Amino acid sequence: MKKIVLIIFLAVSTVLFDSCSKEVISVSDNQTGLDPSQTDTDAKNWKPVLLSAPNEFAIDAPSPVTSPDYVAELNEILGWQDNLTNEQIESIDYWKAGGVLRWNEILRELVAKYNLPPYQNADGNYPVPSAANPFSYPQFPFSNPPYAARAYAYVSAAQYDALIAASYYKSQYKRESPGKVNSNIKLLVPESQVKNYAYPSEEAVISGVTIEILKLLFPTEIAYIQQKGYEHNLSRLMAGASTRSDLAAGEKLGKLVASKFVVRARNDRAGQAGGNADLWSSLAQKAIAKGETPWISQESPLRPPMLPRFGVVKGFLMDSISVINGRPVAPPSTNSEEFKKDVEEVLWYSEHETKERYKLVDFWADGAGTYTPPGHWNAIACESFANQKFSEVRWARNLALLNMAMMDAAICCWDAKYTFFTPRPCQVNPKIKTTTGLPNFPSYTSGHSTFSGAAATVLSHIIPAKANDFNNFANEASLSRLYGAIHYKRDCDVGLKMGKAIGEKAVSRAMADGAE
Amino acid sequence: MMLSAQTESDGIMMSKNNFCGGLAYTYSYWDHYWEGTFRRNNANIGTVRTSSITAMGAYGVNDRLNILFSLPYIKTSSTAGTLKGQKGIQDLNLYLKWLAFRKNVDPSGYSIFVVLGGSTRTSDYAADFLPMSIGLKSSTLSARLIGDYQIKDFFVTVSGSYIYRFNIKIDRPAYYTDKMIYSNEVFMPDVFSSKLGLGYRKGDLILEGVVDNMNTLDGFDIRKNDMPFPSNKMEMTRAGINLKVPVINGLSIIANSFYTIQGRNVGQSLSGSIGALYIFNLKKTNT
Repeated sequence: MKKIVLIIFLAVSTVLFDSCSKEVISVSDNQTGLDPSQTDTDAKNWKPVLLSAPNEFAIDAPSPVTSPDYVAELNEILGWQDNLTNEQIESIDYWKAGGVLRWNEILRELVAKYNLPPYQNADGNYPVPSAANPFSYPQFPFSNPPYAARAYAYVSAAQYDALIAASYYKSQYKRESPGKVNSNIKLLVPESQVKNYAYPSEEAVISGVTIEILKLLFPTEIAYIQQKGYEHNLSRLMAGASTRSDLAAGEKLGKLVASKFVVRARNDRAGQAGGNADLWSSLAQKAIAKGETPWISQESPLRPPMLPRFGVVKGFLMDSISVINGRPVAPPSTNSEEFKKDVEEVLWYSEHETKERYKLVDFWADGAGTYTPPGHWNAIACESFANQKFSEVRWARNLALLNMAMMDAAICCWDAKYTFFTPRPCQVNPKIKTTTGLPNFPSYTSGHSTFSGAAATVLSHIIPAKANDFNNFANEASLSRLYGAIHYKRDCDVGLKMGKAIGEKAVSRAMADGAE
Repeated sequence: MMLSAQTESDGIMMSKNNFCGGLAYTYSYWDHYWEGTFRRNNANIGTVRTSSITAMGAYGVNDRLNILFSLPYIKTSSTAGTLKGQKGIQDLNLYLKWLAFRKNVDPSGYSIFVVLGGSTRTSDYAADFLPMSIGLKSSTLSARLIGDYQIKDFFVTVSGSYIYRFNIKIDRPAYYTDKMIYSNEVFMPDVFSSKLGLGYRKGDLILEGVVDNMNTLDGFDIRKNDMPFPSNKMEMTRAGINLKVPVINGLSIIANSFYTIQGRNVGQSLSGSIGALYIFNLKKTNT
């Protein structure tokens, strides 16, 4: 008997001391390097989002590769490569997956980190994050779904424009990559990454433009963002892909392009989207005047509705008139039989929870503390793009289409929510219990559904072979909100339809932007 | 939150071929909890209530080796907010308890026990729905060392346990801890738990005052106004009493109550439990 106990004890100890095996590997950790099948050298002719022309911002000609300055730059690379540490090699491998992908992941992380509703003051009021005073609690921003949708759109669109500009100067100046000038320089990333000339560095353009936009969007993270940018650029130097002047020109160009987007962002009305106490009460009064039950926050203490004026933010694909023209039909009156049926249906799902349905609810929860539904669709997009062998500029273009569509989806959906001010199912019938957090804004239409309809439509256009998968995802995301008992089925159906129509606008743009 | 089995951490053994089986009902509730180290309440949850019925048993393989098990059915609910309560059969716990050393020098006795254990979920409940989840879904292996000293009818029991927790999978493809993790797998830090019991023991009658502590050895804090997560750094110190009262031959009533005096990323619960244990003699018969 003692022997058995001893054997078991040894087995247990082995497991206990082998706890390294518990390390969790992120899905993108083992990404092989970006290896574009097409260099997309004609990207300079693609249609930018904000730039008036690819050469709107001038970049000086580089010094010749025979100049002493350039030779010194090559010597710097040789110096790095002479003595690479494991950590430096890891950094090269991390960034070689592509700057657009890595910065998208970083942005998703920042969104998740800041996506927390503020904790109430002692008097029961909620403090509001302030861009002017970003470090005091609650830190700026509260990156809720509309804020996040806008952040993803600005970053992706600005990266896209900046890479179009980079493409222009690359073919104008035609500077070769360092390894082609000095064969002692090893290239530690796929050859295809440096096929399309070296000046300005695409990767430095990406980090340069992204850092400037993120400074505006996540001001408390500037130190972190700068550190990432530094690592990104250094990785290209160490990898033998760029010289210091390639990087400097890229960074400069990125910053210049970003300035245009930053000006737009400061004036797109998102800063006023929170509204004020007068607006909040007028929304309820308007619904009451129409004889409807108004939406009421189910939080305690009562929390003001999330971004009631987000519907008037300036979108990338639609202007305010088309947002109003595209508004869905009104939901049935809260006094109608039809509405009662809708409520009954939600109650049924609340009372008939299944494992299969719960898995969808959790998979698509994307609530507080997550990268939000637009972030989830960015994750889906990036995973789908990973084996498509896109170039950086095509990655940026595809994500720009996706994220501009989702930002406009947020605008249209929030416009509908605050036009109709429909109460959530559990407000109408407190017997309805939810299996996911209840969002603090009106019900009609479902944000998840609108985002997902738009995203699936754009992604299906980009990778038609996966259209079924994307549409299934969208349907599941949409229905998960009914299963979680936080939305009427009508919110989901109409939201999905709205989203698809917005997605089509991005598809129209895609067909005319010169990239297809 | 961990459910202490009735006897895996005490200083008592079942005799050879005896089987002790029973059922216990436990009710616990909290309205304050620690978000990291910040103690607060939350009007959007109100009071979280957990009730459970646990089937348990212990069998004496011989006088020095016991096998123990427990399996709870758990139901959760809250008094405010919209989150739906959960219910289901939770984790099966199995232990091998070995009396490694015993020395009696009248009127005292010293014992050392080694307990090896493991647990695994028996149903596909959701771990990623705290605080309404009925458990954390993680399978465990554990090793506990118990020292027991008895003088006349009074005793002191001290024990420490290392609990290895296997990683879990959640239904989400990514989550944020203190950084973003792009995976549905969750690293579950191990746990150290310890216990001090002091009391009176005569025959089957036990009256014990207990302080116990569980400490997750890694993990992260719940951020302000965020939801709890299975791999949070949970810590909890409880004080309570344990009672076992023999009623008639072989039948005992057990009861206990615990209050969480200090914690981190857990609810400040008050719990009460009552149950019955019956001892059968399963002597081998040649049939």
